Amino acid sequence: MTRSISLPNNAQTRATREGWRFVKPSVIPGFGLTLGYAVTYLTLIVLIPLAGLAIKASSLGWEQFWSIASDERTVDALWTSFGSSLIAASVNVVFGVVVAWVLVRYRFPGRRLLDAIVDLPFALPTAVAGISLSALYAPNGWIGSIAGHFGVKIAYTPGGIVLALIFIGLPFIVRTVQPVMEELEQEIEEAAATLGANRFQTITMVILPRLFPAILTGFSLALARAVGEYGSVIFIAANIPYKSEIAPLLIIIRLEEFNQPAAAAIGAVMLVIAFAMLLVINLLQAWSRRRFGNVV
Amino acid sequence: MSSDLPSPKSAVEFRPTTESSVVRYTLIGIAVLFLAAILVLPLLTVFTQAIVKGPAVFFKALSDKDGVAAIRLTLLVAVIAVPLNLVFGVAAAWAIAKFEFHGKAFLTTLIDLPFSVSPVISGMIYVLMFGANSLIGPWLKQHGLEVVFAVPGIVLATIFVTFPFVARELIPLMQDQGSGDEEAAISLGANGWQVFWHVTLPYIRWGLLYGVLLCNARAMGEFGAVSVISGHIRGVTNTMPLQIEVLYNSYNFAGAFAMASLLALLALLTLVFKTILEFRFGADLAATRRH
Amino acid sequence: MKRTAQFLALTAFVAAVGLAGVVTARADDQKLLNVSYDPTRELYEQYNDAFAKHWATLHPGATIEVQQSHGGSGAQAQAVIDGLDADVVTLALQGDIDKIAKKGLIKTDWQKAFPNRSLPYTSTIVFLVRKGNPKGIKDWGDLIKDGVQIVVPNPKTSGGARWAYLGAWAWAASTYNHDPDKEKDFIKQLYSHAPVLDSGARGATVTFAQKGIGDVLLAWENEAYLAEDEFGADNFDIVVPPQSVLAEPPVAIVDKNVDAHGTREVATEYLNYLYSAEGQTLAAKNHYRPSAPDLVTDQSLIQAFPKLKLITIDDPIFGGWAKVQPYHFGDGGIFDQIYKPAK
Repeated sequence: MTRSISLPNNAQTRATREGWRFVKPSVIPGFGLTLGYAVTYLTLIVLIPLAGLAIKASSLGWEQFWSIASDERTVDALWTSFGSSLIAASVNVVFGVVVAWVLVRYRFPGRRLLDAIVDLPFALPTAVAGISLSALYAPNGWIGSIAGHFGVKIAYTPGGIVLALIFIGLPFIVRTVQPVMEELEQEIEEAAATLGANRFQTITMVILPRLFPAILTGFSLALARAVGEYGSVIFIAANIPYKSEIAPLLIIIRLEEFNQPAAAAIGAVMLVIAFAMLLVINLLQAWSRRRFGNVV
Repeated sequence: MSSDLPSPKSAVEFRPTTESSVVRYTLIGIAVLFLAAILVLPLLTVFTQAIVKGPAVFFKALSDKDGVAAIRLTLLVAVIAVPLNLVFGVAAAWAIAKFEFHGKAFLTTLIDLPFSVSPVISGMIYVLMFGANSLIGPWLKQHGLEVVFAVPGIVLATIFVTFPFVARELIPLMQDQGSGDEEAAISLGANGWQVFWHVTLPYIRWGLLYGVLLCNARAMGEFGAVSVISGHIRGVTNTMPLQIEVLYNSYNFAGAFAMASLLALLALLTLVFKTILEFRFGADLAATRRH
Repeated sequence: MKRTAQFLALTAFVAAVGLAGVVTARADDQKLLNVSYDPTRELYEQYNDAFAKHWATLHPGATIEVQQSHGGSGAQAQAVIDGLDADVVTLALQGDIDKIAKKGLIKTDWQKAFPNRSLPYTSTIVFLVRKGNPKGIKDWGDLIKDGVQIVVPNPKTSGGARWAYLGAWAWAASTYNHDPDKEKDFIKQLYSHAPVLDSGARGATVTFAQKGIGDVLLAWENEAYLAEDEFGADNFDIVVPPQSVLAEPPVAIVDKNVDAHGTREVATEYLNYLYSAEGQTLAAKNHYRPSAPDLVTDQSLIQAFPKLKLITIDDPIFGGWAKVQPYHFGDGGIFDQIYKPAK
C-alpha cells in the first residue's frame, strides 16, 4: 500500500484522475480498524433492532398500520407529546436565553454555582426528576400548595407534563446559546451605540439575530428530547387518554396488552417524526455554519 | 436616542454595552427564580423527602434485599455498558475526525440517533428482536438463553441509550485538534498506538473523562428503556430507577426518595467533577461545549 | 506524563467503584419466583419472610429466597407464557391460570392440587370514596350518576378490573331482569365514566388516592383497606355495596418450570403453607378473606370483614370463566364493543 502525503483539508473525496475513492488517503493509521469497529457496533446495536421494528410494523399491512396510526387515541397521544414539548421548548427559549445572558454577562455571588447546576437535567435520572417534581408540585407539595391557594393545580394536569419537559430541555438551550454569547464581540455593540441605538434596540437588532441560529438549534434539540421523554413525565401526569397521555406511555400500554404490532406501529410513527426533526437540526447546523462560521 | 447618557456620578459605571441596574437585577432575579423553581428545589426535595421519615426508613430502603440487588444491578450494567461505549466512542471519533470519507454525515446522524429516539422505543426494539414472538426468540428459549426479562436485555437497552455520549464529546475535540500533530508523529516514526497514546490522548483526555461521566450517569439512571425490557422481577431485574418506581407504587415514598437520593448524589458528583475540570482546564473544554 | 497518570488514576478509581458492587458472590440459595397480581405486594413481602423461617425449621441449614413480580394479572399470565420463569403463579382469577395451562406450562387439573380449589383466600370488590362520600355512592347504580367519575383498571390487563366489571354486570343482571341489551348499556355507561384505565389495581389506587383523580375507586377489598391504612382513614371512606362478586384469586405451581429448576418440593410447600394458621392469619391481617377462617389466631380480624351478598363466577349469570373470558374480555367481546375512554 502506498502512502501519499496527505492532501490539504479542502480536497474532497470525489472522482479524480485516480478514480473514485471511499476514503481520502492519509498517513494516519487505523481507519479500517476504527471505522470497521464503529460500523459493526452500530449495526448490531442500532440498525438491526431498528430494522426489527420496521419489519414488525410493516407486518401489519398498510391499512391496519394506518388505522392504528390515525386512531383517535394515538393521534391525541402524539399531539400531547408534541404539543407539550413545543410549549416546554418555547418556555425554555425565553428563560434559557435569559439564564445564559445572566451567566455570561453579569457577575454576582453564586454565579458559578448556578452555572454548574444548569447541567443537572443531563446528569439526573429521569425517574428521580419525575418523583421529585411530582412531590414538589402536588397539591401537598411546597410549590403546589402555594399554587393551590391561588386555585392553580400543577401536578396531575397537562401543565405538569409541560413542567417536566421544561426541566428536561433547559440545558439544551442554555448550553447551546452560552458559547455563542461568550464569543460575541463587544465592539459591535459599541458600534451600534455610537450609531445611536439604545440598549433595547441593540439587543433586539444586533445581538439576538446573531444568537438566532444557536437558539434555533437549542430549541430543536430540546424539542426532540422532550417528544420522547417518558420517565419524568409519567409520575407527574394524570395519564388520561386523549388528554394527558403521552405517546411513549401509549406504546407501553399496548405492549402490556400484548398488542406488539400496535406498539410497533406507534413507535414507527414516532421514529419518523424523530428522523424528520434530526434532519432539520442537521440542516440548521449546516446552514448556520455557512452563515456565521463555526459558532455552533 | 440613547436614554442612558452619562451623568457625572455614574460616569464610572456607564458603558454603552450594559443595561441599567434595574434591568440587570430584574434579569438576574428572573433567572435565579426560574432555576430555583425548576432545578434547585426539585433537587432539594429529593433529599428532604428521603429523610422525612427518619434514618431507619432511609437505610432500610437501601440495605434491604431488593434495594441491594437494585444497586448491584445498576453498577453491573454501568460497568459493562460504559467501557464498551468508551471504546466505541474513541473508535468512531478517530474515524470521523481524522479521515475524510463518503457517508460521514450518515454515520454522524446515526450516532446522534438515540438522543432523538424515545427511551421506550429504545427498549421496545430489543423486546421485538429477542422476545418470544420474534425470529430469534424460540431459538434463545431452546438454548436456555435469556435476553428479555433478564440482565442481558437491560445491558443492551442501556448500551443503546448511552453510546453517543463519549463519541459526541470526542468528535468536536478531535476535529478541533486536526490531524497535523498525528501526521507529524507518524513522519517521525511513531506507530498507530503510540500516536494515539502520546499525541491524541493528552489533548482529549478531559473531554473523554467528561463523556465517560455523562455516559455513566445516564447508564445508571436510565428508566424508560429498561422498564420496557426488564420484567420488573424484584431483586433480579430491577435497576435503581425501577426500584424507585416499585417503592413509590408501594406507597413507600420515603424509601423511593432514599434510593433517588443516591442517584441524585451521583448526579451532583458528576456536576462537581465537571466544574473542577472546567476550572482547571477551561480552554481545553471550551471546545466540548460547541455542539 | 504526570497529567496522563493523574487522569488514568481517576478513571481507574471510577472503574473500581463500579466493580465493587459486582464482586460479591452470593451462596447458592434455592430461589423461587412468585409471579403475582398487582395488590399482593405487602401480603407476599410478609408471607415470604414467614415462609423462609418455616422452611428453615423444616430443613435446617437450607435457605430459600422468594422473588416477586407484580403486575396486572392478565399481563403477568402472558409474561409467564412469554418466558418469565415463574415457579409459582398467584394470580387474580382462574381464567388467567387456565391460559397458562393451555400452553402446557401447568397441568390442566391444577385446581385440584390445593385445598378449596386452590384458593387460600378470597376477596371482593368494594368502593373507595372521598371522605364524607360527597357524591352519595351507595350501590353500583350510583356509579353512572351524572358527574361521577370512576377509577378502575383496564380489564385487558388487570384481574381486579375484570372482577369489578363482573360485579357491575351482576348488579345490572338483577336490576334489569336479565335483559341483555340493558346489561350491556349499563356497562357501556359505566366505562364512559372512567377517565383513565391503569394497567393494574395498584396503579388505579395510586391514581385515585395519590393523584386525586375521580370520585370513586372500584377496588379489591384488600386494596381499599390498605389505601386507608397508607393514606389515612381521614381521607377516604369505604362503601360496601349490598352485593358484589366473590373474587377468587387462585394459586398454582408452574409444572414445567419447577421440574426444570428442581424446585417442586419447595414450591409445593410454599403454596401449602398459605393454608396454615400463620398463612391464613397473614392473609386476614392484609384484609384478604381467608378460606380457613377458624385457623386465624385473632378472630377480631374475621369479624371486621363486612357482610354482603357475594355472587360467584359459576352463578348462571356468568357461567364460569370458560364462558366469561371470551364472551366479555376476549377480542371483540363485550368490553371491546363498548369501550371508549371518557372524553
